[in-house]
Amino acid sequence: MAAIRTKPDPQIYTFPGFGTDKYPNLMLRGAGDLDNWHLKVYEQKHEGYVAMKAALKMEPVAVTEEVKASGIRGRGGAGFPCGLKWSFMPKDTPERKFTRYLVCNGDEGEPGTFKDRVILEYNPHQLIEGMIIGGWAMQCKLGFVYIRGEFLWLIEKLEAAIQQARDAGYLGKNILGTGWDYDILVYRGAGAYICGEETALLNSLEGRRGEPRVKPPFPAAKGAFGQPTTVNNVETLAAVPPILRMGGAEYGKLGTPKNTGTRIYGVSGHVKRPGVFELPLGTPMDFVVNELAGGSSTGKKIKAIIPGGASAPMFDEKDFDCPLDFDTVKARGSMAGSGGLIVMDEDTCMVQATLRLIRFYAHESCGQCTPCREGCNWMSKILHRIEHGEGRMEDLDLLASLTPRIGLRTLCPLGDAACGPMDSALQKFRHEFEHHITHKTCYAQGSRLLSAVGAH
Amino acid sequence: MNHSSLPPDTANEPLAPGQRLPESERREFSPEAIAEIHAIMARFPDKLAATLPALHIAQREFGFVSLSAMKAVAQAIGTPESHVFGVATFYTMYQKAPVGKFHFSVCTNISCALRGAAQLLEKVCEKTGVKPGQGPSADGMWSVEEVECLAGCGSAPCVQVNHDVYDEFVDEQKLIEVMEACKRGDYRPWAK
Repeated sequence: MAAIRTKPDPQIYTFPGFGTDKYPNLMLRGAGDLDNWHLKVYEQKHEGYVAMKAALKMEPVAVTEEVKASGIRGRGGAGFPCGLKWSFMPKDTPERKFTRYLVCNGDEGEPGTFKDRVILEYNPHQLIEGMIIGGWAMQCKLGFVYIRGEFLWLIEKLEAAIQQARDAGYLGKNILGTGWDYDILVYRGAGAYICGEETALLNSLEGRRGEPRVKPPFPAAKGAFGQPTTVNNVETLAAVPPILRMGGAEYGKLGTPKNTGTRIYGVSGHVKRPGVFELPLGTPMDFVVNELAGGSSTGKKIKAIIPGGASAPMFDEKDFDCPLDFDTVKARGSMAGSGGLIVMDEDTCMVQATLRLIRFYAHESCGQCTPCREGCNWMSKILHRIEHGEGRMEDLDLLASLTPRIGLRTLCPLGDAACGPMDSALQKFRHEFEHHITHKTCYAQGSRLLSAVGAH
Repeated sequence: MNHSSLPPDTANEPLAPGQRLPESERREFSPEAIAEIHAIMARFPDKLAATLPALHIAQREFGFVSLSAMKAVAQAIGTPESHVFGVATFYTMYQKAPVGKFHFSVCTNISCALRGAAQLLEKVCEKTGVKPGQGPSADGMWSVEEVECLAGCGSAPCVQVNHDVYDEFVDEQKLIEVMEACKRGDYRPWAK
């Protein structure tokens, strides 16, 4: 195996007050410490595997109850309560024994999102610990970590860390004398955004094309290799050890009552200090962008912010004060998604930005459902001609009429995801599209977002 | 309506009629690779799960995923060739044509684009003398690909060279340094 990369990650993650009671550091413990992927360092410095040892002394159901009590919601995008998801897994009865699997979703591909890689870089053992606790709570036979193929150096690192856990007796047969056998396997993806969708991920894990499955049956009934399976995001599983350490009720006091805990927000685009910031849910967006990320990097006013990864509808100025939790962001017409904030200043051409986003969805559509496969391409073509000065005014109505015919008409949310940026850009920045059509040039004067060479 | 003045929107261009995937020199796996694939098959609940890892191994051994590589994978796992072809052509990380010794993947998605990825991609093409999707340069050193998000948005623009991410705010100066390092042999060449 190649040497484990020890180059520091360039992401900024600290800010004044980080690590205090107000802004607790639960998931980025050890960030900046390149030795933290060693089991010894993690155990000595960061209370490593304390929660796992406590959990293995508890009844599996009690562990699930503790996670339920914490109120933690899935960090992958949908915000589904994690404890509830765990409780959907079928239990063994005298008549029927199940083979259950736990799958960790590390296919981080949402543009604007770069949180899982920080956990994998600096804190891989916390993920392993979370997977052991989750595996125990659901009495799983195997855990899988599906990681996107581009993260090769992180996969090498995680595999080395898993081997250390095996050597310590935390994985393998009869873990710590409980009589429970469990192991974790790492699976490398091969560059498909769609594999971040849980059923597409399961297909990919089985060695097939990453095409989403029809639900039901849900993964809890029939998931990986036809067995009951739970799919959790890297960040969700990494949050499990702190929950067990603090106690569910105590963790539940962080954030807001229905959106508990901390999550890692990634801020990118036109800001002075782009980076990842772990914050309690409900932190206002303007605080994150202006105080932590340093505000606009270009000196120009900020025009739009995408609050939850590329799939989330954009916010304009009037919503910049939005508290970043699942419910409030949704109530304001967007989604908290994966917690990636993309900041655009007023010189950004929204036609180009939207075209770049829609081109991404057209490229990443798996091709199973016609509305998404054809619709995304169609939108991309219309935007392409508007961008190049050949648009017609009726194109805007055509675009507006396409989104309701794609959204909610596909097997998975990729079609809906493409509609988010399209609809919001058209509603909030329609004048830029009109300007493009009538003047055949950009309304904003910023630098180009699209290259003159190739597009895949 | 005639759109002749429009620059071509080349996104998602399929193989042209009659166009074939290029063939590799190598036709079979090494015995070590076969052993590696069999070990993976034994670890997973189903042997089919070895398809993606086996294709990664094939890419390492064959240099790219040629039709022979796909056939070798199908034979090693004992699965229909059509299944392997379907998988290999679905995922973009399996290169279906030869690439250079140093393969540049430039992310041009929104977060990178806001920080100059479009201009960076043009710079990469200018310095290497190859365009995306055009195959390796004449000396076999470089190839360029435009890719979607590499999850390096915070240090955008993000460029990946072969298997290693070089994501520290790549500008022209940094790009020249990376290319010099490639020439010196500081980085792992493709498929090694």
